[in-house]
Amino acid sequence: MSPHRSRVVFGELSRVTVEAVAKSYPGRIESTPFPALLPTSLELVENDFVTLLGPSGCGKTTLLRIIAGLEEPDTGRVLLDGVPVTGPGVECGMVLQDDSLFPWLTVSENVGFGLRQRGVAGSAARETVNRYIREVGLRGFEDRYPIQLPDGVRQRVALARALANDPKILLLDEPFGALDHQTRSLMQELLLSIWEHHRKTVLLVTHDIDEAIIMANRCIVLTARPGRIKTQMSIDLPYPRSYVLKTSGRFSDYKAQLTEETRPDTIRTAQLPLA
Amino acid sequence: MVRPTDSTVSAPARVASGAGFCLLLLLAWALASADGVLPETVLPGPAATARAAWQLITEQDFVYDVAITVTRVVGGVLLGALLAVPLGVAMGASSWLAALLQDFFRASQYPAAAALVPLLVLWLGVGELQKLAVIFLGAFLQLVPRVADALRGTRRELVDAARMLGVGAGGASGGVLGSVLLPAAAPVIANSLRSVLAWSWGLAIVAELVGSMRGIGHMIGAAQAQGASGPIVAGIAAIGLVRFVSDELFRLLNRQLFPWTTGETAWPRRGLMVPHA
Repeated sequence: MSPHRSRVVFGELSRVTVEAVAKSYPGRIESTPFPALLPTSLELVENDFVTLLGPSGCGKTTLLRIIAGLEEPDTGRVLLDGVPVTGPGVECGMVLQDDSLFPWLTVSENVGFGLRQRGVAGSAARETVNRYIREVGLRGFEDRYPIQLPDGVRQRVALARALANDPKILLLDEPFGALDHQTRSLMQELLLSIWEHHRKTVLLVTHDIDEAIIMANRCIVLTARPGRIKTQMSIDLPYPRSYVLKTSGRFSDYKAQLTEETRPDTIRTAQLPLA
Repeated sequence: MVRPTDSTVSAPARVASGAGFCLLLLLAWALASADGVLPETVLPGPAATARAAWQLITEQDFVYDVAITVTRVVGGVLLGALLAVPLGVAMGASSWLAALLQDFFRASQYPAAAALVPLLVLWLGVGELQKLAVIFLGAFLQLVPRVADALRGTRRELVDAARMLGVGAGGASGGVLGSVLLPAAAPVIANSLRSVLAWSWGLAIVAELVGSMRGIGHMIGAAQAQGASGPIVAGIAAIGLVRFVSDELFRLLNRQLFPWTTGETAWPRRGLMVPHA
């Protein structure tokens, strides 16, 4: 898979087009391949904040990874501003679900990783790194190793690391799943403020309904495995959004709606045999 | 977090009782070997052993024997590592190379390496070359799979994150191998070296027992032939001391080189009783 995208104007890609993307995996218990994602199409325009909601195993992570270029779809393709994705690259900033910080690098070195890869060095790089470290609220942690960081802090470094390359598109795969409720709430607010401040296009995968609503202007619901889009719901809540919104009436209406939409698939997932 | 294996005994009590037990054994040993309870050839007392050790050092150039054995072990392991680490890295990075070689290396873990010694005597005699060859071969076969596993065991998230950050796109620093796999595996490889170095001692002693002019194993073999158990015990103690010192130095070195690994993922938690795991 070629990691190099040609004809890319760096920093301007913000429209994501997914055309009939599908993926199967070889079965683990039986050897027949099982479909993880049925042909799926969606579109993200500039400054969208879209959440992908669905039960475990519904293919939302697969879809995200295909958009990121980490995996190739069996059919279909992904376009960034009209240019087909052939591999991963810094045009998309990604925050993975599990701890992906490089343990042998300090916080500063982690955040500056993408910059160093591109040959950006010296004071320009340092300044950028420090700016994003400050933005995620980690001033003072620059010289710590990931192992010295409290759990809630690591994903902030991962976020800064993805942002430091100024991608127009941010892809996040259940980034706050391992955090406790309150910390997760703070991280959601941080992500929202970054989105508002930098006008990025964001696609966030989650299985948490609250999370799917609070940040997004649109929520895409996937069915249980094999996944396909069940419904797309526009979230018409005003920005800027604060945490108090989570207990408002309109929020509750959306929550009720999404709960109804996702419940049958959640139940189905609980009953599905292992792949 | 309290683990089920965490001790319920306080630290001072642990130290005192551990030391106390060892002293008890020492006392039992002294009593058992005093005044004709057991013949001197079976078990000399601590005093007799100390005398034997002193005699070895002052009259029989034991320090030279120790130096010889250390040289063989370190030299053989170093040579083995020189070949094993690059090969292991190549296997870790290349799926087809791994597919080609991993079954062989896996199978080679099962036979006891010590049984190779007589074979190598037939091939190479009992000279220095044979000794080095034994250690080299043993260390090589142990190291290659460990190094390969260290690389292949790199967490996928790290590789994915690196690719998203531009690694592999003809970028600055040697692709995924140089930017992710090697730094991630480095402390595991260092620990494997420490472990294999410790393990190689057993092989070295066997090689020296089977046929050698000098060395700790040779000294022990000669003492056995003379029915002198004092020097044997002294030899065992010498081996233990050297291994302990070298192991601790190695651990210290690794901790200096890899300050970012005080956790359990890259640095296996030291067992209470098994130092070379």
